[in-house]
Amino acid sequence: MGEAVARFWREIPQRYNFMGNKCGSCERIFFPPREACPFCRRKSMGKMQEVQLTGKGEVVTYTIIHVGPEEFEEQVPYPIAIIKLEEGPQITGQIVDCSIDDIHIGLKVESTFRRIQAEGYTGAIYYGYKFKKCE
Amino acid sequence: MRDVAVIGVGLTQFGELWEKSFRELIAEAGAKAILDSGISGKEVDAMYVGSMSSGRFIGQEHIGALVADASGFSFAHVPSTRVEGACASGGLAVRQGYLAVASGMHDVVVVGGIEKMNDVGGTSATETLATAADQEWEAFFGATFPGIYAMIATRHMHDYGTTREQMAQVAVKNHMNGVLNPYAQYRKEISLDAVLNATMVAYPLGLLDCSPVSDGAASIVLCAAEKAKKYTNKAVKIIAAGQASDTLALHARENICTLQATVHAAKMAYKQANLTPKDIDLAEVHDCFTIAEICAIEDLGFVKKGEGGKAIDNRITTRDGSLPVNTSGGLKAKGHPVGATGVAQVIEIALQLRGDAEKRQVPDARIGLAHNVGGSGATCTVHILEAM
Repeated sequence: MGEAVARFWREIPQRYNFMGNKCGSCERIFFPPREACPFCRRKSMGKMQEVQLTGKGEVVTYTIIHVGPEEFEEQVPYPIAIIKLEEGPQITGQIVDCSIDDIHIGLKVESTFRRIQAEGYTGAIYYGYKFKKCE
Repeated sequence: MRDVAVIGVGLTQFGELWEKSFRELIAEAGAKAILDSGISGKEVDAMYVGSMSSGRFIGQEHIGALVADASGFSFAHVPSTRVEGACASGGLAVRQGYLAVASGMHDVVVVGGIEKMNDVGGTSATETLATAADQEWEAFFGATFPGIYAMIATRHMHDYGTTREQMAQVAVKNHMNGVLNPYAQYRKEISLDAVLNATMVAYPLGLLDCSPVSDGAASIVLCAAEKAKKYTNKAVKIIAAGQASDTLALHARENICTLQATVHAAKMAYKQANLTPKDIDLAEVHDCFTIAEICAIEDLGFVKKGEGGKAIDNRITTRDGSLPVNTSGGLKAKGHPVGATGVAQVIEIALQLRGDAEKRQVPDARIGLAHNVGGSGATCTVHILEAM
């Protein structure tokens, strides 16, 4: 990507620790955290509270990427899924450590901390969450 | 608000246009539209141009002024504004032009759309298209743009029994239409087997489920409807201009298979025109991937949610069906120079309503709809046009 690394430092609490937030008005949980609740808007101002998410959820839909971006070229074919976390938010991530044939809608998964991509051989390495089948 | 007419249209060839530059393409489309309209250059009050990512595709921003300059309007000092909404940039430019005339601010506005995508390599073009997705929360994790639409397809297959064959038939149909469009990138039929057996890009979408990387430009001239007769007897009226937004990331939506931006832009347009989906004679919809056309005909209200695949089986959307969709060849066969697409869709509808669609002509077409989507559905425009 080649962006200044500060952009990625900002996202460390979410990408490394699965930190979301909750609207103090309607109790909906968001990931990534939002400045304001899009349902309560001004009623949520100043009432958004940090929430630690478990990283557990299930597959809502998925695809197998056969033609990937440069940073992911050596990984193809790899699965990407939308996961509905048990606290409610839906997120996009890779599914790892299982056969492609095991992946289906409804599959229960949990997050695992992995290397996501790197800026070539000498650039910054970016880490974050991927998902594996629940034991 | 006053009525607005399309009084001139101009297209360049769509395709891999190695010999033509960005400037040449937009100047050609604009000149054709102005000549078609019957106006003279000095009557142009304003210009709007849609371009998704000239900065990444040709390393040039400040496209509003560049287009005015390249088209010969710099010494007339005509106000020119670039509009961006990913693959819906063209549709947004049409809507801005429409609003400028409808409001009474301007009488004659030229709208353009352009993308020059082949000056960068294929990988770079795909990465640029992915900037329409959420870079931090989708692309970062390895989701590609085709991958995001593939996830819509997987869920559509699961929820409604839609098949890969039904999706493939969208590509087959649109290529059949493209054969008859002299401006199309692919004027060649493809077989169902060829689509199903094409290289896999992102399961369940193969290469021939995807629209191509294209160069091309499109332009229309808009004018207050009451003044249109002064210039031409070929005017068609824009009777509605809807637009809506949704979350940038697909995953943040409650229902993965419904593009709420399409639903809401369509609702706005039908309300303005005082029409229902049944009143539409033909439509150009945003088939960036085959599954997108299936979702579009559902979300625009032409068929019930989940029945888009069956509509293809029942040949409702073929050129001789009850609702011809993408007679131009769609993004799939006509090509998809992203910023040009929304304008080119309006041009196809205008040509059909004028009776100028030659071998693709849908008999007795009176009312047509153009549907343009940005990203995986974060931006959508819906325009409805009527013969005058």
